[in-house]
Amino acid sequence: MEMKVHKAGVLTTVQDLGRYGYRAGGVPVCGPMDSVGLRIANLLVGNDEGAACLEVTLVGPEIEFSSDRIIAVSGAKLSNIEMNRPLVVKAGEKIKLGSCVSGSRAYVAISGGIKTEAVLGSQSTYLRGQFGGFEGRALKEGDILKLGKGLSLKKDVSRFYISGSPLPQYSGALTLRVIEGAHKSEFSAGFFTQSYKVSPSSDRMGLRLMGKSLQRKVSTDITSRAVVCGTIQVPADGQPIVLMADAQTLGGYPQIAHVCAVDLPLAGQLKANDVVEFSLITAHDAQELLKKREAHIGLIRIGIKHYFQTA
Amino acid sequence: MKVRLKSQKIRFSTLGDCALEVFVGFPSEAGVIERVQVLVAALKKQGVSWILDIVPAYGTVAVFYDPIRIPSVLDNTYDWLCEWIKNVALHAGVLARRTPSLPKKRKPFEIPVCYDKSLGEDLERVAAKAKLSVQACIKLHSSATYQVQAVGFAPGFPYLAGLSPKLAMPRLQTPRERVPAGSVGIGGNQTGIYPFSTPGGWNLIGQTPLRLFDLNQTPPALLAVGDLVIFKPISKEEFLAWK
Repeated sequence: MEMKVHKAGVLTTVQDLGRYGYRAGGVPVCGPMDSVGLRIANLLVGNDEGAACLEVTLVGPEIEFSSDRIIAVSGAKLSNIEMNRPLVVKAGEKIKLGSCVSGSRAYVAISGGIKTEAVLGSQSTYLRGQFGGFEGRALKEGDILKLGKGLSLKKDVSRFYISGSPLPQYSGALTLRVIEGAHKSEFSAGFFTQSYKVSPSSDRMGLRLMGKSLQRKVSTDITSRAVVCGTIQVPADGQPIVLMADAQTLGGYPQIAHVCAVDLPLAGQLKANDVVEFSLITAHDAQELLKKREAHIGLIRIGIKHYFQTA
Repeated sequence: MKVRLKSQKIRFSTLGDCALEVFVGFPSEAGVIERVQVLVAALKKQGVSWILDIVPAYGTVAVFYDPIRIPSVLDNTYDWLCEWIKNVALHAGVLARRTPSLPKKRKPFEIPVCYDKSLGEDLERVAAKAKLSVQACIKLHSSATYQVQAVGFAPGFPYLAGLSPKLAMPRLQTPRERVPAGSVGIGGNQTGIYPFSTPGGWNLIGQTPLRLFDLNQTPPALLAVGDLVIFKPISKEEFLAWK
């Protein structure tokens, strides 16, 4: 009951929905850059929605299972695999996961789940802290990961699939909806009127944006305060940084805005040289959008559960 | 019946759509850190599953919540949560005129530090800038009692207030790529300890053999907001023996 890694891909990590309850001790949440991708992939193989998956970055790994499995790939579209549907993989069959053709991170769920040890209540990999996931690091060639007990199904599950909404539509040019940050009024206009390019130095900690430098009108010091996944900080050089899954828990730079939760998965799919703009909405509207999306995922969950129960 | 007017107020602001920030007071004001501690403890005591994290920092408390599971009876979840937290704060004494007393007063943590220039690269420069001998500089740093204002930057990294103004020192222009784990540094008017080997811009004056973040401990971070800390100078031999 294991998975063997033949080729690692660019950056393949084990992630579940993240590590909560330890932020006060300075421990980042980690977890998926695109939580919807991870949840949908899990649902499609009959796992708990938050089970640990592989997060594949740009180029996928080559893997093999020691027993028959159902897998599903969601998130960024991979070049060579059918997305958002259960796929049956036989024991000993080598599966090569191709490269991302839209978006930058795909989620591979495996029926039975990946059984690495939970650290502080989560299996998510914290790369910088070197803990969680598989030995606290990205997967390497030759790694062997334990898997849980897979489903035994009589019925062919490979006939159903999810299409369209609520799956985020990834794009190399998009508008992210944001909520006003504490220091928005300290900046001259420009943040909401320009397009930013995503810098190649972006990673799981943050998206570094490149655009016309923002000017801060005051020079008072900022006391370090809590940040969220999605907080957009503006350091002295005036180039915003969108804090992402592995970001530190406190920030000492002015906060101009926060990407709303419903759009965070889209932000997590951005890659170098993608183009992004921002538009302002209220926290209340953002929550309403989130509720709508969750209701939609709820329907998918019910539909899939029903299918698996009768399978 | 006379109702005594409460003298303390807390303020709220959104922190995205899944968190809010409670402003309790400026950290320099007397009793603010204690109020923060009492508020954090009271919020934890509610034991609600829709609060995901509570992060105190200086005079603020960030409350991370799940807007889907929150049992708000108002159309506006944020307004409801502000009222809910205000209520918790009121009952816990956070809003009372007198500084609320903490359930248990802990003794200061004693952190052993080897102030040796081989372990604190900037020690001599800090002393020179403060116009002090290295010995006087060590004495000044190790004779104060500090209080943890926030934990962050890296897991378990404590920001400590209480540094002698003489030792205040701007951060390095260019941060070091690697600061050794356990390094004790000065950044502005604060002092702190690097739990891991990370990049860092603080002036390094020594090193502790203690682990500030240990996954085998509960909680893994040794220090929490409000904790008191004192530094105890140790020799290089003691430092090496400890390790």
